[in-house]
Amino acid sequence: MTMSEPAADKTDEASPAATEATISTPGDDPILAVESLQKRFGGITAVDGATFTVDRGSITGLIGPNGAGKSTTFNCITGVNTPDGGRVVFDGTDITGRSTDWIATRGLVRTFQIARELPAMTVLENMLLAPTDQRGESLWRSVLPGARDAVVDQEEQLRERAWETLEFFEIDHLAEEKAGTLSGGQRKLLELARALLTDPDLLLLDEPMAGVNPSLETKLLDRIHTLQDDGYSFLLVEHDMDLIMEHCERVIVLHQGAVLDAGDPAAVKANEDVIEAYLGGEV
Amino acid sequence: MSANAGADDGETPNGGDSPEQPRWRSDLQTLVGLLVATYVGFGLLGLFTGVRPNSIAGFLQTVTFFAGVFALLTLAVNLHWGYTGLFNIGVAGFMGVGVYTMAVLTAAPTASPAGFGLPTFVGVIGGTIAAGLVGVVIALPALRVRADYFAIITLGFSEIVRLGVTSGALRQIELGGRVYGTGGGGGIGYQPVSSVVPWALELPGVSAVGDGLYAAAAFLGLSASIVDRVLYALVIIGFVLLFYLLLERIAHSPFGRVLKAIREDETAARSLGKNTRRAKLTVFALGAALMGLAGILWIGSRSLATPSSFVPVVTFYIFVALIIGGSGSNTGSVVGAFVFAAFLWEGPRFVRTILRRSLDLASPPTVVDAVGHLAALNPLPLFGYVVDSLDVLRWVAIGVLLVVLMVRRPEGLYGARTDIAAATDLSVRPTRGDDDE
Amino acid sequence: MNADGLAARFENPTAEELFGLALLLGVAVLCLDLVRRVATGELAAARLLGLIWNGLVDSLYIALAAVGLSMTYSILRFANFAHGDLLTTGAFSGWTVAYLIGGIGAADLGSRLLLDADGGAQAGDLGMDVLASPLAIVLGLIAAAVVTIAVSLAIDRLVYKRLRDADGITLLIASVGIALALRYLIAFVYTQEARGIVAAAPMWEPAWLPIGAINLHEATLVGSGLTLIVGVHLMLQYTKLGTSMRAMSDNRDLAQVTGISTERVITATWAIGGGLAGVAGYLIVLDQSQITINLGWFLLLLVFSAVILGGIGSIYGALAGSLIIGTTINISLIWIPADLGNVAAFTLMILVLVLKPDGLFGGVATT
Repeated sequence: MTMSEPAADKTDEASPAATEATISTPGDDPILAVESLQKRFGGITAVDGATFTVDRGSITGLIGPNGAGKSTTFNCITGVNTPDGGRVVFDGTDITGRSTDWIATRGLVRTFQIARELPAMTVLENMLLAPTDQRGESLWRSVLPGARDAVVDQEEQLRERAWETLEFFEIDHLAEEKAGTLSGGQRKLLELARALLTDPDLLLLDEPMAGVNPSLETKLLDRIHTLQDDGYSFLLVEHDMDLIMEHCERVIVLHQGAVLDAGDPAAVKANEDVIEAYLGGEV
Repeated sequence: MSANAGADDGETPNGGDSPEQPRWRSDLQTLVGLLVATYVGFGLLGLFTGVRPNSIAGFLQTVTFFAGVFALLTLAVNLHWGYTGLFNIGVAGFMGVGVYTMAVLTAAPTASPAGFGLPTFVGVIGGTIAAGLVGVVIALPALRVRADYFAIITLGFSEIVRLGVTSGALRQIELGGRVYGTGGGGGIGYQPVSSVVPWALELPGVSAVGDGLYAAAAFLGLSASIVDRVLYALVIIGFVLLFYLLLERIAHSPFGRVLKAIREDETAARSLGKNTRRAKLTVFALGAALMGLAGILWIGSRSLATPSSFVPVVTFYIFVALIIGGSGSNTGSVVGAFVFAAFLWEGPRFVRTILRRSLDLASPPTVVDAVGHLAALNPLPLFGYVVDSLDVLRWVAIGVLLVVLMVRRPEGLYGARTDIAAATDLSVRPTRGDDDE
Repeated sequence: MNADGLAARFENPTAEELFGLALLLGVAVLCLDLVRRVATGELAAARLLGLIWNGLVDSLYIALAAVGLSMTYSILRFANFAHGDLLTTGAFSGWTVAYLIGGIGAADLGSRLLLDADGGAQAGDLGMDVLASPLAIVLGLIAAAVVTIAVSLAIDRLVYKRLRDADGITLLIASVGIALALRYLIAFVYTQEARGIVAAAPMWEPAWLPIGAINLHEATLVGSGLTLIVGVHLMLQYTKLGTSMRAMSDNRDLAQVTGISTERVITATWAIGGGLAGVAGYLIVLDQSQITINLGWFLLLLVFSAVILGGIGSIYGALAGSLIIGTTINISLIWIPADLGNVAAFTLMILVLVLKPDGLFGGVATT
């Protein structure tokens, strides 16, 4: 399945349009529901009873001042950290405390704020790592003469998808470079391209546009909207308020580990408590 | 072997294929060239200094043998460490499990300690599988902890195996009227694995060839046992080739890609949905099995296995060979093993034989005696002491070499190579059709 | 439903918790069995006390080595596989001095220099025990420390200084090279023969002592060891150097920013670690009489086990780990044969690590 085909297994509902009057309350069919999430590190409570949902097929923003617990929340959702309390439900299944790779194969993939490219591997190798259900990831099928032919076939198909994606992201000229030699912005692009190749249902993006030039940023956001029409869901962490206002139907505000406000971007932006939080006051 | 074999794309990123030939061919040329140069060099050196042909052949055979067994082990360690980043320093332990299992399976029921008297090939397979299973057992707890603790756990396991088989507790176990056991410090005897060579040479169809070889050897002044040993060394070379092909195939596959990713950044790999725990267990078990098999081919070629063959320092010999060749490269593993065997392991002994033969050297019993003569401006006794101590000085040289490599060239000879982990040539772009976007 | 979620969440922790429970249960059973054996007289109180004493003695010399290893680990960020050979260096250099001084007149210079490699200088003839040649033995101890410190610093200047920014595994491998070179240089000079070089220990049997005699060599080991360890503790807590060391082991970059001279702390680490290791090697030979080039290497895994058990980065953890390892080796003899004592210690280390992957007292990352 390439990115340009309509996704047959995604929901057929029309994606919620980003008009003012709609969606200030969560929809009926959240793809992700976080309930009373708790995470402590020693004496510090990073996440303190966070509760929110992400609608299926939406682009939702997650904002909050530094130290609000956004990355830790991502970590708890994706299994990098095990929450001390609360629950995470993805697509109807409780995924709380499950392992990262299990969650990722179920369709919940995240990118990292500081891109985790595999430095000694080339960009292409990085990309080829992403697709799930690779036959060749089993030792036997990779090695046994008969089974290997099927593996080679699949590799060739994946290679094609990888090149297409790299071309779209305009980093195809770097395809055979080692990922460690890329600039910061290029690494973020690779991070995003790679995540898309896993064909996820919900993508958690941690500051995906940091370091990306404006024209490419526009192109990427257009692509995200197209994907949204195809049924993908996104939860974005961003500091760029204009980006959030323009592209997210719904915004969740995190402060000191708990949800301060959630809803329509304009309404949230006008909320005095939210403004207080950003200016550093206690709420 | 690599799916790139025969690829004539001179621009592939696969580590510098020259326009005329694929990389594996130039690697093979380099290795064969190195081998030939070394053998001819040592051979000529021996002949010129009057060493008997039988001794020269024996030396060359020993070099080949050790190069082969070290290559087997280095390739296995490369799988663990070079590819997956698992710093396993318990190699000697897995060798021991393989050898002792084989010994118990093949020793005669009437021997002391007794065995099950099964045929050699059953013992070899059984020992290999046992080593792999033990690998799984060790990996389950060991893979939970961080990298340097993991190393110490593997070393601990290796010592537990060695101390266990040395211990008086396991030396003799009475079972059904026979005394089984590990033989403690005295070791356990069995039919050597290398006896498969003279056995094969006496088979009906092959005996003519066998007789011919022995006759030719006698003509050259070489004993029959040399023929057997050379043929066994060739058997080991055959296994080296098998290991190499297997590991290259793994390297150029999605499984190998996951291994590389684990080495680079395991969290990133898991975030992409890769089951890294299963991959690590699988590769650890495979590597352990290979180490067991290598141990069997090495120690199993004797007729007695003792715990002293599995001391931790054996593991470090293999790491030296791997580091010389370059960790992460299978070719590097083989080349490093050969260089180590020829120049650091056996070479010094050959040099000592030559020096003793050519010069009339005193053998002072202690270094003080030897130095004492320096006062009388006679350096020969000191030289004689040095020559006598070449075995020991060899280790000093190896230690210094390790340090120099780490400071100057930690990637070894072949470690800086780009080796793409894919089952097909990734640089082939799809043709631009109308399905772009 | 919630049940699924709970089951899924506790899948892994349950295995660990069960395992931990099983381990604790096992230890509890062993303790009860111990009490039973003493109560029924199966295990003589004297033997138990003897085992505990031996455990303490073993713990001490492991601790002396473990402190240095733990410091190297936390401040220099790598596993120093040459540490065992520092013990060996201390043993050989210290005893050579002891022989040179104590054997004057009793054996010729050559034999003494080489620690009786040629059979020309027997320990008994030289009176190599703490009562007959106290001066020689004390001077030997000092020499052991001084020479090992010098060797440690030299190695740092020659090798490790060039690798300050290398990763932990590179440094580890370099240290293996150093270990081999050092050990076999010693073998080149002293030969690989194992031999006893200390005369039988004088015993002290005052009437009021409940447990029979005290082995004076062991007592020397215990006394010196405890003194040095207390000294290390005082240094770490009450001196500026100690504070700097603790800061650096916590966070090197931050320590540098606050003006701590990292090179000076590194020098001090090698000096203290090396000195303690040299003394440890010397005292081990005083107690066990046997000297061999593999003295330190054979002990190294035990020392690593102690450091890791206690948790890297914590010197006090290393001391605790040493006590646990030393005690385990000896107390386990109640149940298992003598040649499996080390196996018990290694097994315990592996089991604890499975439960508490960062050791008992936390950790510092080297990779």
